[in-house]
Parts: sequence; structure tokens; C-alpha cells
Amino acid sequence: MVTSEAMLERVEIPPVTKSLSEERVAYLEGLVTQARSAAAVFTQFSQEDVDRIVKPMVLAGLAKAQYLARLAVDETRLGVLEDKALKNMVATEFVYNYVKDKRTVGAIREFPERGLVEMAEPIGIIFSLTPITNPTSTVLFKCIMAIKTRNAVIFSPHPSAWHCCHEAVQIMYETAIKHGAPEGVFTCLESHTLEDNAYLMRHKDVGLIDATGGPGVVKAAYSSGKPALGVGAGNTPVYLEKTADLNMAVVDIITSKTFDNGTICASEQTVVIDDEIYDLVLKKFADLGAHICNEKETEILERTVIDSDTGFLVPIAVGQKATDIARMVGLSVKPDTKLLIAPIKGVGRAYPLSAEKLCPVLAVYRAKSVDEALKVCIDVNHAGGLGHTAVVFSRNDEVIRKFGEVMNAGRIIVNSPGSIGAFGGVYNDMVPTFSFGCGTGGGNSTMDNVNVYHYLNIKRVARRTQAHMWFRVPNQIYFNLNAVENLRDLESRSTIIITNPALEQMGHVDVVRRHLPAQTSIHVSVIPDAEPEVKVVMQGVEALNLYKVDQIIALGGGSVIDAAKIMKLKYESPEADLEELAAPFMDIRKRVVKYPTQKINRARLVAISTTSGTGSEVTPFAVMTDKEQGRKVTLVDYSLSPDVAIVDPQFVMSMPRGLTADTGIDCLTHALEAGVSIYASPYTDSSAMQAIRLVFKYLPVAFEHPGDEEARSMMHNAACIAAIAFSNAAVGVNHALAHAFGARFGISHGRANALMLPHVIAFNASVPTKFMPSPNQRGYVAHKKYAMIADLLGLGGSTVEEKVKKLIVATEQLLDQLKIPRSIADLGISKEEFERAMPDLARIAFDDPSWRSNPRMPLVSELVELFWEAYRGRGRAKVASASHQQTA
Amino acid sequence: MAKKVAWLKVGGEHIVQDLQEAGEKLGRAGTEIILDFSSVRRIDPAALRGLEKLAVIAEEKAVRIELQGVNVTVYKVLKLARLASRFSFANREAQSQANKEESCHAESSTR
Repeated sequence: MVTSEAMLERVEIPPVTKSLSEERVAYLEGLVTQARSAAAVFTQFSQEDVDRIVKPMVLAGLAKAQYLARLAVDETRLGVLEDKALKNMVATEFVYNYVKDKRTVGAIREFPERGLVEMAEPIGIIFSLTPITNPTSTVLFKCIMAIKTRNAVIFSPHPSAWHCCHEAVQIMYETAIKHGAPEGVFTCLESHTLEDNAYLMRHKDVGLIDATGGPGVVKAAYSSGKPALGVGAGNTPVYLEKTADLNMAVVDIITSKTFDNGTICASEQTVVIDDEIYDLVLKKFADLGAHICNEKETEILERTVIDSDTGFLVPIAVGQKATDIARMVGLSVKPDTKLLIAPIKGVGRAYPLSAEKLCPVLAVYRAKSVDEALKVCIDVNHAGGLGHTAVVFSRNDEVIRKFGEVMNAGRIIVNSPGSIGAFGGVYNDMVPTFSFGCGTGGGNSTMDNVNVYHYLNIKRVARRTQAHMWFRVPNQIYFNLNAVENLRDLESRSTIIITNPALEQMGHVDVVRRHLPAQTSIHVSVIPDAEPEVKVVMQGVEALNLYKVDQIIALGGGSVIDAAKIMKLKYESPEADLEELAAPFMDIRKRVVKYPTQKINRARLVAISTTSGTGSEVTPFAVMTDKEQGRKVTLVDYSLSPDVAIVDPQFVMSMPRGLTADTGIDCLTHALEAGVSIYASPYTDSSAMQAIRLVFKYLPVAFEHPGDEEARSMMHNAACIAAIAFSNAAVGVNHALAHAFGARFGISHGRANALMLPHVIAFNASVPTKFMPSPNQRGYVAHKKYAMIADLLGLGGSTVEEKVKKLIVATEQLLDQLKIPRSIADLGISKEEFERAMPDLARIAFDDPSWRSNPRMPLVSELVELFWEAYRGRGRAKVASASHQQTA
Repeated sequence: MAKKVAWLKVGGEHIVQDLQEAGEKLGRAGTEIILDFSSVRRIDPAALRGLEKLAVIAEEKAVRIELQGVNVTVYKVLKLARLASRFSFANREAQSQANKEESCHAESSTR
């Protein structure tokens, strides 16, 4: 608790227990056994049971406050009777006021909205060392805390305060037993030795050491290997700033520093006073009974009350009256002198009185500026008082804030007395305590005012919570033939059409141009028909800036629309760092990187898709290539989603059959993967299932009869609907495999997906080797979702397994109808070449974020196996006991 | 091999006396004892001491003591008091079976 207390105290607890006699060990073991039984029995008590015991204990402590104070003063010869009585009352009444309504048994706090309940688990046996300076009040405080938390305590009082502490323990114990506490709940070591303490500190049944005492005791507690509450030394700096209420400040400091003759470790040690008020403040101190030492007197005090070897207060001065100290050291002071004030010129060993002085001796320092004052306070704080207490008197909020910022103290007391203020509950709303945690600065495990919660293990019962889900779609989607006419309603001063050469040649740009309002200034930017490069995107941004556009129309497939999304991002927020925005993430809601919300330009993005596959017109994704860095940049954010999507089949009527097949299967893969994703929800299911139905019905027709308007229209809708599903539920392992394979062998995305699809369905429908953590789903449901899809398609089958098999067969038949190669081998890739590529394929597929929403977590070896199944192709997709699972 | 078994119901309010009685029964050689704790809601330090004594006697005589119907709260107390490992505990099914087989407060029977 205090630095100087070390000088009064036993020396450090020996690190290794000396041999104790058998009788002594038996005695100590008896205490532990008794406490262990009491603690065990105590676990059965309810909150009401303990509260019934605590109140009479508090009343007993209050009734005996003066009696115990008298015992303490008589025995220790320290402090002031009246103040010790007051401390006993604070330790009972104020502590009770704090704990009386606190729940400390069973469920102590509940957070229903978070599904969390905190439950109390007692510690068991607490081995408690109590100090000489606050002996009985500390015992009363700890007894009340222990009963409130259902713990048993073995007390080891300071040898020079044993009798008063023993009496305090007895009073508490008898009252507690009378009101139902278990026998043996408190015991007090009798005539103990350092070896006894060391033995108990290391005892396997002692759950916690609560060491309130000198640094030796605290260090021994922390060195024991046991959990410990060992609270540290103090050296309280006070900043008395020029705006302060000086009358209040001076009275508060005298009240605090003379309280119990300065034995409280939180009491003021050095007051740093602004130059402007220094003389006035000293006069006020003198007027109220302080003796202001001259240089010679200060020098005498430095030599006499501070031990030059240790730098600590000499034990004989601790807790003595100012007049007695003056007499001891040969100073002549008035008989009613309350406080000896010694001006000092610095802090540290060269200025002995800057140390902690647990007596009515106070150092003062004249500071020329706020900066100097704060620096001196920091010096005092670091000269033995880290983590403990600091005091500021000021009316300047900025000074108070700065003081709080630079002081390393658990208790920063503002405009009130340090010692009584630190207790809490008297001058402020801090938790009442007799144990001041000093944090790591003081070598402590806590910086709090030690309270009941430090006497508990707090358990958290965490219920499964349902993560908030979302379903986000563009604001406007126009579909069916001639939906492009809706452009007329989109007012724009300056519009740019981003497209590619082929579409311009086909006359699609003219169609769009015709439907824009007459007053719109129209510009066209033609970009290559390939995944957009950074250079292309930045050129596009230059055009947007040149024309000061307020509307961007992306007319094309996924590449064009993706390019337009990124152009819009950079146009509106030029500072957006694409590389940073492409940082990987697991959960879009918890991602580290945030997309910019500050925009210097505003432009509406209208996406008109000319393929029926990617669905980029409604997705929050954009991919571009950074050729200089040799990599792809994938951006994901709902702010990238187009504002308006136009799903007009007139733009896909002339799609070649191969492209129709590939993009159609891409669409089907989106829907199937969204359907079984761990982020699937009833909202995404409704889109995914509808898209699957449309693909199975209309893709073969669109493939066989490209001019069939209904089939084209429905496939165009299906692609958009599937994209809505996977925009919100994400894709899966099929995409991870296809991305790796397609990039390595230059195979179109849709075709690569097709090669993997039947095998992935079988893979996901099987019992996973490794389940994917998915708080949104109860049990493994992928196989059932596939069965549901089979039902939707009317494929038949009576069990889940049969239905999954029928879905795989139907998928294979669809691929056959579309004349898509059915194995990687069919593409002309040799087994040797594929084998050589396999390590890279597996690594790239595993690095691909797509599988993170897959229902089954793929092992790398399983990715390899899936690649090989796709290589071998047709007839290899098998479901391994899918329907035998009993998952919900 | 036939074994002598004594069954004793431990009363909620007279645990210490009941445990003393159990100790006396245990004193008679060759006896294994089953203590029915099903009416014990709470346990106090005196009862813990009684159980500790009983455990010592049982260990000296190499006799097994089985506690039946111990509620979870009391079981945790025995665990914290480091007594649980010194007794065996019957599960609920075994307890019901034992209740059927043994007449109430019977001095002994054969298994």
C-alpha cells in the first residue's frame, strides 16, 4: 500500500519457505481445511442468504467503529483516533451503500440483447494481508467484501497491528456466523512468521492473495505464482492551478494531509503551485495552522525525516502529529501546528522531501508555467507513485483534461482531498475501497479501487446469437423487352456511355442514345472488350471529369460494367485507394477497410447488361487487372452496385450459342452456390430458386433457338435474379476452383464453372470432412437444399440422397444439351500438364475468397480431388451418403 | 461374491447424526454402505467434517461408500472440499434400482 510502510514492516516474504515444524504445518493446514470447507459450503448460498449476513456485519462494524479505532491507535501508535473511527465507518457504511444492491451470486448481469449473462463464481479461499496504517478499517472492508462474494478469508495482519485486527475479524466473524455464514469463513493467523505467510501464499487451495501492505508484501504476493491483488505504493502529486478556488483547495489539502496523520497512501505529498498564487497559497496555509519551513528548516527535515540510504520516510515519523515531528527534529513551531510545509526546488533523490511522506509533512513547489507544473507533477508521479493517485485543483477544464491525460494514476482527484477522495463515495462517485489498485505502473494487476468484483470470478454464459443479415438490391431494375425506354425518365445534363467496340458496331450504342432525353449531352467511351485494366479505368475517369458527367451508362458484359463501377468510384472519390479497398475480408460488415463516403462528384450509374450470366448490373463486385503489378484487383462493396439496372433482352438476342451456354451456366452456378451458401437466407433463396428454375427451363431453348424472345428474356432475368442472390449470399467453392482453373488454362469463366459443377454439388451434398463455421445456420443443410431444388425442378426421388443424385444427373444432362465439354481432359489438356499445374491450382483455389461462404470447408486435398474429378469428368460425380445425415 | 451392504437415508436436518450412525455401521467389518442423500438440499461444515471422518474410516477399512441422490449443488461442495474423490456416486438409475432392491433403512442385504 505505501512506500514508507515498508520501513515499518516485516522484511520481504522469503521466496522459498524455510522448513516449518510439523506442528506448524498442521496448524496452517487446519486453517486451510477450515476455510476450504467454509468456502465450499458457501457456494450453496443465494444472494438473499449473503445479503442477510452482510447487513448485520456492517451494523456491527459501525457499532464498534470507535472501539476498534481506539485499539488500533493504542496498538500501532499511529494516526488519529477520530480519523480511524471515521475510516472504520467508511469501510462499513460507505462500502455497504455500494454493495448492498449489487448482485454477486448467480447471474449478476444480463445483456439479453447480446445473449450474454455474467455469472459469479466465488474464488474460494483468499489469503489476506492487512497493513499497519489502516488496520481495522481494512479488515472490516475485506470481511464485508468476502461475505458478499461467498469467499473464505485467512487473515494475516501486520504484526504490530495484530490485536486490533484480530478483534475486528472476531467481531465480523461472530456476527456473520450468527446470521448464517459457514463456520470457518474467517480465520486469523496467530503469532505468525514470514514463513507462515510464504507457506500460505503458495498453498494450492488458496485462490487469491489480497496483499494490502508494503512493497515487500506486495512483491511477495505477486511472486508466489498465485493470482494476487497486491496494491502498490503512492506518491501523490497535486497541481494547484491559478484558477482554482484557493480557499477550498487549501482546506481540502490540510484536511486530507492531516487525516489520520497522513497515513493514507493516497494523501498529498508534493503540491505544485502556480507562481502567480504561490505566496498567497502559502499564506492561506499558514493562516490555517501550517508551518511554512524556511530553507534551513527544510534542510533539517530532509536530513531527519527521510532516510538517506533508502530515500523513504523514517519509520518513527509515520503517522505522527506535525508538532511531534517538529519536536523530534528540533523545529520550533506553534503548538497548534497541523502541517509542516517544506518548499522544494526539484524532484528525486537529490530532493528528499519529494518522496512519499506518510505524516503531516508536505512539500511545495513553485511553478512558472502550466507546462512546468505538469512536468513536476509527472516527476513526482514517477518518483514512487505510478498508478496510484494524483490531485488537481483548477477551474480550467483544459488543465484538468491535460492533467488527467499525463498522470499515470488510478485515481485522479479533481478539486477535492486526495486521501478521502481516493476512498471513493465521499467526495466523488468512485467505488468505495480500502485497497487502491495501481495498475502496471505500480506492479499491480488492477488499477481499480478494489471492490467486490475483484473477489469474484465472473463467468460469461454466451448464447448463440443470430447475426444480422441483409438483402440489398439496386434501387431500380427495369426488365423485359425494350426496358431501355426507361432511360427517358432519367434526367441528365451530361451522360457518358461506356461500352466496347463490338457493341458499338452492333448498333447498341445508338439504341441507348435514342432513348436518352433530348437535352442530355451524350459522350461515348469505347474500351477494350476484356477485363478492365487500371490504365483503361483511369482514362475513363479523365473522360468523366472532362465532360463533368452526372450519369454513366455501362453498356456491355461484366467487364464493361465492372470498369464503369470503378470509374464511378474514382470519379466521385478521387482519393480512393484501390489497392487498399481491395484488401481481403471475411465479413463485409466487419471489414477493416471502409469505402469512401465523401464525394466531390455525383454520378448515377446505369448498367445495361449485354450478356445473361454475370449479373454485374446488380452486383457489388468489380474486378480489374493491374498489369504493372501483374495481378487482379477485386473490389467488393455495396456502394459499387449500379443505381439503375436495365435488363432488356434486345441486347442479348444476337449472343452466339457458345456464349449463351457459358454465361447461362455461370448464372446457374451463381444460383446454386447462393442457394447452399452459409449466408443463404429466405430472401436469397427466393431469388436463387427462381433463377435455377428459369435456367433449367429456358437455357436449352435459348441455346437451341437463339431467336426465341421469351427464352432470351427469361434467361436475361435469370442472370439478374441469380446475381441478386449471390450479391447477398455470395458464391462457393465452385467459383474458387473455376477462377484458378480458368486463369491458368485460359478457359472462359462460365465453361470453367460448368466443368466443376456436378462434382461440387456431390461434394457439398456429402458429409463434410470439415464443417464451415456458420452461425446463421442450424446444422448442415446443403444436401437438403439440393433436394429442395430437385423438388422444385420436379426431378422426383423419394430420399434426399436420390433427389441430390437426380439433380446431379439433370445438371449433367443440361451440360450435355449445351454441348459443353464434360471433362478437362476433353479440352485437350494432358494429364501430365494438369498434374504439373496442380500445386498452383490448389494453392490459388485455396487462396480464393469464394469458398469462404461454401457450406463445406474444403481441405486443400479435397480441392485437389475436385480438380481431378473435373479432369476425369462425366460419371464421376458421386454423393457420399448425403441423405444419411440427420442434420436439421 | 456376496457382499454385505448397508443402506442409510441421510436426513436433511440430521446429517451429522446420520453420518455418525453410518460410521458405526462401517465399524462393523465387511460392510459396504450406501448413503441416500436425496433429501439433502444443502450441506454445512459440520456435515463435511462428518463425511471426512467417514471417508477416513472407510479408507482404513478398505470399504467403499456410495452416495446416492446427491444434488448438483451438494456435489459441487464435495468437489470443492476435495471430498468427492473419496466416495463413489450412484447415478439416478442405479439409485432407483437400489431403492427397489433395498428395503428402507434395512440393516443389510445381499447383492
